Amino acid sequence: MKIAVASGKGGTGKTTVSSSLVSVWDSPVIAMDLDVEEPNLHLFLNPTFTGSRPARMEIPEVDQALCTLCGKCSDLCQFKAISLMGKVLMTFPEMCHGCGGCLAICPENALHPIHRELGEIAWGHAGETKFLMGRLRIGEAMSPPLMRQVKKRLDEMQAASPDQPKDVITDAPPGVSCPAINAVMDSDVIVLVTEPTPFGVYDMKLAHEAFTPMNKPMGVVVNRAGLGNSEIYDYCAAKNLDILAEIPYDRQIAEAYASGVIISESSDKMKQIFLELAEKIKQKAGEVCRG
Amino acid sequence: MDKVAVTCESPSLEAQVDPRFGRAAGFLIVDPDTMEFEYIDNGSTQVMAQGAGIQAAENVSNSGAKVLLTGYVGPKAFQGLAAAGIKIGQNLDSMTVRQAIEKFKAGEVEFAEASNKEGHWK
Amino acid sequence: MDEILIISGKGGTGKTSLTAAFAHLAKNHVICDLDVDAPDMHLILKPENTRSHDFISGHEAMIVEEKCESCGTCLEMCRYDAIVNEGDRYFIDPLKCEGCKVCVEFCPAKAIDFPDRHCGSWFLSDTRFGPMIHAQLFPGEENSGLLVSLLRKQAKEMAGKKGLDLILSDGTPGIGCPVIASLSGVSLAVIVTEPTPSGRHDLERVADLCAHFRIPAGIIINKCDLNEKEAATIEKFAADKGIVHFGSLPHDPAITRAMINGQVITEYANNEFTEELTRIWQQMLQSLKKP
Repeated sequence: MKIAVASGKGGTGKTTVSSSLVSVWDSPVIAMDLDVEEPNLHLFLNPTFTGSRPARMEIPEVDQALCTLCGKCSDLCQFKAISLMGKVLMTFPEMCHGCGGCLAICPENALHPIHRELGEIAWGHAGETKFLMGRLRIGEAMSPPLMRQVKKRLDEMQAASPDQPKDVITDAPPGVSCPAINAVMDSDVIVLVTEPTPFGVYDMKLAHEAFTPMNKPMGVVVNRAGLGNSEIYDYCAAKNLDILAEIPYDRQIAEAYASGVIISESSDKMKQIFLELAEKIKQKAGEVCRG
Repeated sequence: MDKVAVTCESPSLEAQVDPRFGRAAGFLIVDPDTMEFEYIDNGSTQVMAQGAGIQAAENVSNSGAKVLLTGYVGPKAFQGLAAAGIKIGQNLDSMTVRQAIEKFKAGEVEFAEASNKEGHWK
Repeated sequence: MDEILIISGKGGTGKTSLTAAFAHLAKNHVICDLDVDAPDMHLILKPENTRSHDFISGHEAMIVEEKCESCGTCLEMCRYDAIVNEGDRYFIDPLKCEGCKVCVEFCPAKAIDFPDRHCGSWFLSDTRFGPMIHAQLFPGEENSGLLVSLLRKQAKEMAGKKGLDLILSDGTPGIGCPVIASLSGVSLAVIVTEPTPSGRHDLERVADLCAHFRIPAGIIINKCDLNEKEAATIEKFAADKGIVHFGSLPHDPAITRAMINGQVITEYANNEFTEELTRIWQQMLQSLKKP
């Protein structure tokens, strides 16, 4: 089962929930951080890293001797990554989305693939938990291709040995944009973390709308419950969206988080909340299996 | 004399030089001897999600101009213009197109060796 | 004309609440919400007299079923796994389509259309604190350098037209393309951070980005009393990097109460917090005057 922990906006406690779920899950899991712009899960799980590799994307290089300046590649490129400038064909590697169109269309074989580094994929373990993350290179703008490669690494890990944990808990990027969609689209169940403030409710609505077409079971975790107003509960009731857990607003929790402690390990009461959440997530995922 | 491209806010010699290059409203391609000009709308580059500077460099290069007068050119557009053999005069905003051309004709425009603007993607 | 951009590494640091308060304290300014993935400022500023415009960006591929000969070329060539194949039917998953045009170009039956992509709307509005530029994307659409540039351009035009001399922008969290597009050429970037492991980790990445683009940067440590040791570490980090520490603000639930009231904190309360915030704002303005 793949569980994606997502949120409409950042800072609602997504990583708090992911790390706590990993901690209380009743069997070993793979914890995967797909929030590649700002990966933080490792700061709470403190994994021992056992391997890493650069994530790269194929981009074109021009062999000027073979290029006849026909301009087919630059006409096709939607991203201005290859451009006919007077009598020179130029490439702009940072602009390239790696679609491969120019390489395929060149009638003279004047383009060949080279690579641009997107960032890094790293893996390891924290106790019985397997850990996997991606981290975008500073100045790199394209996270979806890096995320695809992290997911590919996950497939490799799961294919490599049958005794790999079968449950995957994913820390998804916040928001409802392309990277967020990319992170949750292969999951079996989506957990939306929000807080009961006007910002939290508004952004959760956007996330709920964005994820609804994917037709996956979804549930809500209300973090800092008691802090704001009742709007979130009204919305969830109206949309038939189950509230899977409420994490009370408590200054001590905020302080525990600030010192890097996994919240479910901070007290028995918190542990109980997350044990119940884990149980409800499994039920949620089961709903879809029954059709 | 070679034709000169000037970024402009509207199609007139009395228009202000547009300080932006990639997302300039348009270009006047001026014959400095006769002051006759043609206007190239740069609007199409304003709808692209990325690469406005590169598109604008292509536009200027296709216009046949050999000199560009503008405010700021980003590093990628600069690279492109340089490859196309176009000389780049920068920091010419806050004057009219006509004034920029007069300055160029008087030999008062310095041509840049490097971009004066940090690019988005560098 | 000056442009102050408020950013944060991770979300939830209070960036938007503080920006909205600065919008109250500022004079002669335009407000610009560049946090298009979670555009929350309007919830407090309650824009009126909104003029709405379509936001079009790029294209999307669409297979015309009647023309499709089911050859599978598109499926083979798409590097984004955006082509879905069910029996003889092929269609495109708009969430995965990158708009690269490769399938359109190589389809032997010319069965793929490539219409403009209508991604959302942008708005010019009035608020009680001055004119405001903001946007709302359709779910799943992504903020982009194009949209950020467009909003910044509109803000500049608005400021020029009304003779205003400051643009105050709420930036997007993270370090990707829209952040880079919002940073380039601003007069001052103010990073709102919090003393948590994630906060510091993300601050370092954003600070690197500012240094990379040579943008003068300052920080505000929000919720500074959550972890005083971590706050001290952040202060030291800022000092080492030549980043101005404008000030620190305590964790104050009044921020949330103000938000629920639809007010900014400086309208809602008059206490030590708002005094400190006002002092911070004055210091930010001072730093603009330095060469």
